[in-house]
Amino acid sequence: MTGTTHSFSRPFGISLRTVMPWLVATIVLLLLPFVFSANSTITVMNQMAITIIFALAYNMLLGQGGMLSFGHAVFMGIGGVFAVHVMSYVEVSGAPLPLPLLPIFGGLAGLILACIIGSFSTRQAGTVFAMISLGVGELIAACSLIFVAFFGGETGVSADRTYGLPVFGVEFLRQSEVYYLIAGWLLLSVLLMYLYTRTPMGRMANAVRDNPERAEFLGYSARWVRFYSFIFSGFFAGIAGGLFALNYEIMTTENMSLVQSGKILLITFLGGMGFFVGPIIGAIVFTLLTTVLSRYTELGALYIGTIFVLTVMYCPRGLAGLLMMHEPAYRLGKLRLLITPYLKLVIPVTVAVLGSAAVFEMLFHVRHAPPGDHKMGLYGITFDSHSPVAWGVVIIVTLAAIAVTRALVPQINDAWHDANTVEGGAK
Amino acid sequence: MDLILVNLIDGLVTGLLLFMLSAGLTLIFSMMGVLNFAHASFYMLGAYFGYQISQYMGFWMALLFAPIIVGIFGAGVERYGLRRVHQHGHVAELIFTFGLALLIEEAVQFFWGKSQVPFMVPEALDFALFSISGNAIPAYKVFMIFIAIGIFAGLLYVLTKTRIGMIIQAALSFPRTVEALGHNVPLIFMCVFGVGTALAAVAGVIAGPVLGTFPGMAFVLGSIVFVTIVIGGLGSLWGALFASLLIGWMTTFAASYNVGLADILTAIGISKPADMANSPWRDFWQITLSQIGPILPYLLMVLTLIFRPHGLFRKGGL
Repeated sequence: MTGTTHSFSRPFGISLRTVMPWLVATIVLLLLPFVFSANSTITVMNQMAITIIFALAYNMLLGQGGMLSFGHAVFMGIGGVFAVHVMSYVEVSGAPLPLPLLPIFGGLAGLILACIIGSFSTRQAGTVFAMISLGVGELIAACSLIFVAFFGGETGVSADRTYGLPVFGVEFLRQSEVYYLIAGWLLLSVLLMYLYTRTPMGRMANAVRDNPERAEFLGYSARWVRFYSFIFSGFFAGIAGGLFALNYEIMTTENMSLVQSGKILLITFLGGMGFFVGPIIGAIVFTLLTTVLSRYTELGALYIGTIFVLTVMYCPRGLAGLLMMHEPAYRLGKLRLLITPYLKLVIPVTVAVLGSAAVFEMLFHVRHAPPGDHKMGLYGITFDSHSPVAWGVVIIVTLAAIAVTRALVPQINDAWHDANTVEGGAK
Repeated sequence: MDLILVNLIDGLVTGLLLFMLSAGLTLIFSMMGVLNFAHASFYMLGAYFGYQISQYMGFWMALLFAPIIVGIFGAGVERYGLRRVHQHGHVAELIFTFGLALLIEEAVQFFWGKSQVPFMVPEALDFALFSISGNAIPAYKVFMIFIAIGIFAGLLYVLTKTRIGMIIQAALSFPRTVEALGHNVPLIFMCVFGVGTALAAVAGVIAGPVLGTFPGMAFVLGSIVFVTIVIGGLGSLWGALFASLLIGWMTTFAASYNVGLADILTAIGISKPADMANSPWRDFWQITLSQIGPILPYLLMVLTLIFRPHGLFRKGGL
């Protein structure tokens, strides 16, 4: 919303300022594999890129169109399954289809499915749309277990991406080659989706989201505007599915379950659905968070759930919203006033978060470790999880950190006020 | 004939169980205009609290106290969570309850572990009451039916015949007017939310021993409860009852009759493909009614929303 409206007044055209972010993104994407060359990190980056495309496609509905969908994973899933079938068909028949074009088939499958479902589900927005998306999502997820010929049942469908003709000598055997393919599609899709928001169609989607009645009075059919948003969203979700199939070479029922649909909602909201960059931030943060958490703790899902609920309650504009809150201060050239207070916050907040996590970890250990096993390791320290000393230390440190954080809040408020006041303005 | 009778009883139990959840959910919807995704999570909390209390004080005390605890917790969620999110609009509210559902599931796993806990039917009710041609009907099922009917009757009485019920109904339709008359409407909303979640918890305590008490139980029932109130018409208590029973019977009967699509296809004159293993249509010949039984409610909901978006029992749009 806010992220794009103010630039709308500028005349269209290609200037260095508008091209700059894309150039930077291209260079960063090109250089990333040289910085992080381990296979495991490249896997994470691939996953991140696919999630970004999917989250942006989802936000086309949620953020830009105002349609809350509980079954969007279906489009990604169908796109992926169809791409897998195309992949194995090419392998058998030897049709001259270069691998980099494969995601298009995923996208087309998503588009066609969205045309069918959208024809009845976009007649209304709001709760009706949300419920239809939930119902259709459950129906297709259930069908994926029944129609084994297409979905592969419980084992899913799989294929080999190293089929047929190499493209310019590249056979896509190595992870880094797949990375560049995915990165290329990422750039292309993000660019297309961004340009879509600048078209009259994208603008009308916003108008219908905010006030469908008024949009109708201007002569636009709210229903058709929703329908077009829906099918484009389905197309890009299908592209994400095609890339997923290409990357993992397997699609299962899980990929289209309600759990996946919920996850993408979570990611989009966490990043901030009101901004174009929101879902991108959300996808990056979420993928990193799950990767890191799954390595160190069993309670990852609990922490992510907590973060999600706290985001909805205290910061409904998401991470992007948090960043954009600093825009007025940046324009006034007073952002530096906030640096010191923020730095002061870093230590107490980190201690408070880690301390609270420690309480959860210890509680979990006490409840679920095998009887007699009192030894637990946390943050590199090994201690007795049943000893009152350990509990005392953790609780006191955590409470102290929370107290310090609270004590710092007035300072932050003052600094915030200063940074957002025009020079010489009323204090 | 006997099988039909047994199925009727089983379907009635499932339907009434669904009704206990959907009654609270539909009340909460007509009050706040938001679908509470976490409703089935309160049902799960009821089952787990019931299990924990029954370990120390027995089943009957669990049936009494677990709903009270969950009700207070639900009221707290409304007071400190939903009311806060309310200012950001309906989508934020829906997303909040969705996040809450995720969080409660994780919290339950955190405290009670991922596997099923041994929540048992109380010994006083653990016997076969009567049998229909060899199919024993446990006393517990009959107990469930009576509890559910009792709750429905009680709810109907309170809502339509008492002063409190009048005020609640008025507050649902004209909150501002009721507020102007001197009633504390936010408090009424909080109490309705609490009672709704407590009802879900009652369902949890009595269903836990039969359907199993495990972290996925909210997920299994959650979306079906939605389907129920959407089919019945959001905000309609009678609609919720009708849709619950309909879904209860529909799924029970579908599960026990093994009609295949193959029979129908043959009946309308389509012949079976000779090469079954490689035919792309082979799955159509293997679909049975029991296989598609669990998804029938969703099909019904989508059809309802397409052709009668306000549900079967409600006039006007959503």
